[in-house]
Amino acid sequence: MKFQKKLALAQQNIPTSSLPDIIFMLLIFFMVSTVLREVDVLVDYTLPEAIAVEKIDNKRLLSYIWIGSDERVQIDDSIVPVDAVSNIAYQKRMNNPNIIMSLRIDKGSRMGIVSDVQQELRRADALRINYSALVKF
Amino acid sequence: MFRKKKRPGAEISSSGLADIAFLMLLFFLVTTTIDIDTGIDLVLPPWVETAEQVQVRSDNIANLLVNEVGDVLLDEKIIGIPQIKPEIIARIKANPKLIISYKTVRDTPYNIYINVMDQLKLAYIDLRNEYARQKFGTTVDQATEDQVQEIRQAIPQRISLAEPTQAEG
Repeated sequence: MKFQKKLALAQQNIPTSSLPDIIFMLLIFFMVSTVLREVDVLVDYTLPEAIAVEKIDNKRLLSYIWIGSDERVQIDDSIVPVDAVSNIAYQKRMNNPNIIMSLRIDKGSRMGIVSDVQQELRRADALRINYSALVKF
Repeated sequence: MFRKKKRPGAEISSSGLADIAFLMLLFFLVTTTIDIDTGIDLVLPPWVETAEQVQVRSDNIANLLVNEVGDVLLDEKIIGIPQIKPEIIARIKANPKLIISYKTVRDTPYNIYINVMDQLKLAYIDLRNEYARQKFGTTVDQATEDQVQEIRQAIPQRISLAEPTQAEG
């Protein structure tokens, strides 16, 4: 006996015309749900680790201050001197009263510079801060 | 006369559209941040021109001092960092009004500062969870908004940041 494969007579094209629509849907989801990366970090830092860390729900409230291992301070896109921090923080707080300053500080830094920045923030009345830290397991 | 020629049906292939959309999707994936920010929350005390002296009874204060090499002193006694949490929990239970005065020197490594702060936060988390269990039978994470408010009222975080001093010598 001879087995013969039966070929369907109907055409077997899978319509791909709606594939772009699906991809656009994904694209729009990503555009809506994410925040664009805004700045280039110029300082070199490694975050410390901690157990009691909390997630920050609202990323739009956050403003970052970086302190690198060479004790340079960066806000937004530029390196700033420590005594300029209060002015910048004040401006930011005017635009957004509920601002949370996220301090991304290198774990090898000394407390001197950290405290200087904190004093500047207190002077600008930007009192909500967050020590950025990674989750330790 | 002029008669329109019948052309075969012209189709624009749309298979390339998917590629373009993929390209845009990739661009967004690359340029956006997906990492979640985690960290230790803290509220700084408001700025005052002249540091006003607030008298606090000395038995309501726990002095926590970290020196430049990372040794931790709790009320003049040296203590290991993992021991801070149980010690602080015990002391807050004994005296709910306890204020933790956390002081560093200018040369204290930030890493140690965060580790100690972590211990203090963990101590408060444990205390709040215990209160929540006794009062509401839940953990703080599962408590309602009102309950969380009440827990915060019952066990406030009393961490006082002192300005770091120059290391002696």
